Amino acid sequence: MEKLLEVKDLTKQYALGSLIARILITAVDRISFYMDQAEIFTLAGESGCGKTTTAKIVLGFEEATSGTILHSGKPQTRKEKVWITEGVQAIFQDPFSTFNPLRTVDSYFFETVKNYRLAESKTDAIELIDQKLRSVGLTYGEFAGKYPNEFSGGQLQRISIARALMTNPKLIIADEPVSMVDASLRMAIVNLFKKLRDELGVSVLYITHDLATAYYVSDRIAIMFRGNIVEMGTVEQVLMNPRHPYTRLLRESIPQADPRQTWSDTVTLAELEHDEYLREGCKFAGRCPMVMERCRREVPRDLFVGDVLVKCHLYEGSGETSPS
Amino acid sequence: MEIQTETILRTENLKAFYVLDMHGTQKIVKAVNEVDLAIKENEIYGIAGESGCGKTTLLKALFNVIEPPLRLIGGKIYYRVNWEEVEVTSLSPEEKRRLRLEYISYIPQGSMSVLNPVLKIKESYQDFIASHVPEQSRKETMELAQKQIVELGLPKNILNAYPHQLSGGMRQRVTIALSALLSPRIMIGDEPTTALDVVVQRGVIQMLKEIQRKLQNTIILVTHDMGVHANVAHRIGIMYAGKIVEEGTTIQIFDNPLHPYTQFLINSLPKFGDKMMRESVPGSPPSLADLPRGCPFHPRCPYTKDICRESMPGFSYPDEKHRVACWLIGEGEHGKAS
Repeated sequence: MEKLLEVKDLTKQYALGSLIARILITAVDRISFYMDQAEIFTLAGESGCGKTTTAKIVLGFEEATSGTILHSGKPQTRKEKVWITEGVQAIFQDPFSTFNPLRTVDSYFFETVKNYRLAESKTDAIELIDQKLRSVGLTYGEFAGKYPNEFSGGQLQRISIARALMTNPKLIIADEPVSMVDASLRMAIVNLFKKLRDELGVSVLYITHDLATAYYVSDRIAIMFRGNIVEMGTVEQVLMNPRHPYTRLLRESIPQADPRQTWSDTVTLAELEHDEYLREGCKFAGRCPMVMERCRREVPRDLFVGDVLVKCHLYEGSGETSPS
Repeated sequence: MEIQTETILRTENLKAFYVLDMHGTQKIVKAVNEVDLAIKENEIYGIAGESGCGKTTLLKALFNVIEPPLRLIGGKIYYRVNWEEVEVTSLSPEEKRRLRLEYISYIPQGSMSVLNPVLKIKESYQDFIASHVPEQSRKETMELAQKQIVELGLPKNILNAYPHQLSGGMRQRVTIALSALLSPRIMIGDEPTTALDVVVQRGVIQMLKEIQRKLQNTIILVTHDMGVHANVAHRIGIMYAGKIVEEGTTIQIFDNPLHPYTQFLINSLPKFGDKMMRESVPGSPPSLADLPRGCPFHPRCPYTKDICRESMPGFSYPDEKHRVACWLIGEGEHGKAS
């Protein structure tokens, strides 16, 4: 079956510094992944790992340095923005900066209706908007004519999801959609993603650093570190039995809501992001508790342990190498 | 931790409201409403609650920075300074200033806007030392700062860097180190880890715990992340709509949450290895300017009874150190109607 989204060997480089002392930072380094229909796929990692850059490229906001992106088998190019945005919609991190504080929230919905010619008349448009709002638990009546400051963060985030649903997208790209929302209201948003997947067949590319909600909602997950996907597989396999030392570190660092399970050992933090990006060999070698000599020299290959992709020298020989 | 320790900070029926004058009509935001706290020496006290519940205002009041439009409507705040309890709201501005940083310090949320972007970290330190340390011992304090930075595991050359050269986690750790420099007896942290990645968050919390262990002082930590509380706090107070609705040791709060709101807060957290459907707290927090009658949680509470709509419950004490304000648990020892 054709994949809904296929990303192959995607690379993005940024140049830093002046003309003379220029360094190239590879923000995304030859990553490949795919998404099926009605699937929630998580890209997880810390800030500066390249997850947002990946999202921006898939949305067409940034151009890739190299690599291909296929939407249902069709290649993504600059010219074809319209069909891409109709099928792919985005939700961003901060619901308060998504909406202009001086514009009413409903004007965004009417604008979308106009841009994509979704309705013939105003009554049709209102009916459509109401229908989308109801799927996120709001109604047109309680939202018409209001400004962003009249809603709470959780409500605004649900409104931006409803706005994204206007074009009946097949894929929603959600970049850290819950990190600005209170922990107590987060579940309302992530439950909504589950509902969209199960009832409307919408796929969600869920970008987050919160592994607990990632485990809760997603089907498959990719862990990114400094531009590389270091581990990828089903959430059960990756998060319940992490193989890459970085995934283990992430998994252990999540504060568990259980006062009897507190951290006992100490962590080393990266001193400068730069150094890790420019590191030769495995980028995690500077902080890895299981570092070997070859990690500092050679970039690890993509290895498969069972169905899980792991990019680590520790598994060299124990699994099969990637088919490509 | 269970040894008898002295109360270092105490509030009595504290009320701090924002009084706003809007086109002739007065709007009163009841951000801190009848709060009684007794925080002990050598403990980490966590305050949890949703945004807009008055957590930050409570911290401002505890830090004794009550400036218009925030007004102290009633109640008292006591610090225990040199074995003597001092009522701090009536001190002169100069006395208040002296208490700050030397006795009580504040770790702000956005470390980005704390350090002056055009000054090196060293100069920010010098500024700070110049305003709090007498001239003759300034040089020593600067040496102390250098020593402290190395002890806390920060890179040595950090003092010569500008804030923008540091990552968010590093900046936050510098801010914490700075606020701990003069060994304050109380440190107040307002969501110090909220904007950080999990691994960095763990590093920052590790550092806070380390400082607390060394100085044997009190840390008051506000965050909405119950996971962080479970990891660091000795006792937790749950705040809702300007009031403390439940308080207990961390074990009591997590093992036996009694207030329906606390139960929601804890049960809504996703757990690894358990994909069961989890629900958020229904509805959204009430506006502090227009509080519902009776218990402020009753419109969102699944167990609302008639009395909940009528009056606010007083505290019941189901266990030693555990108190809760909910009609389901009991009438309260001094069931005050409001």
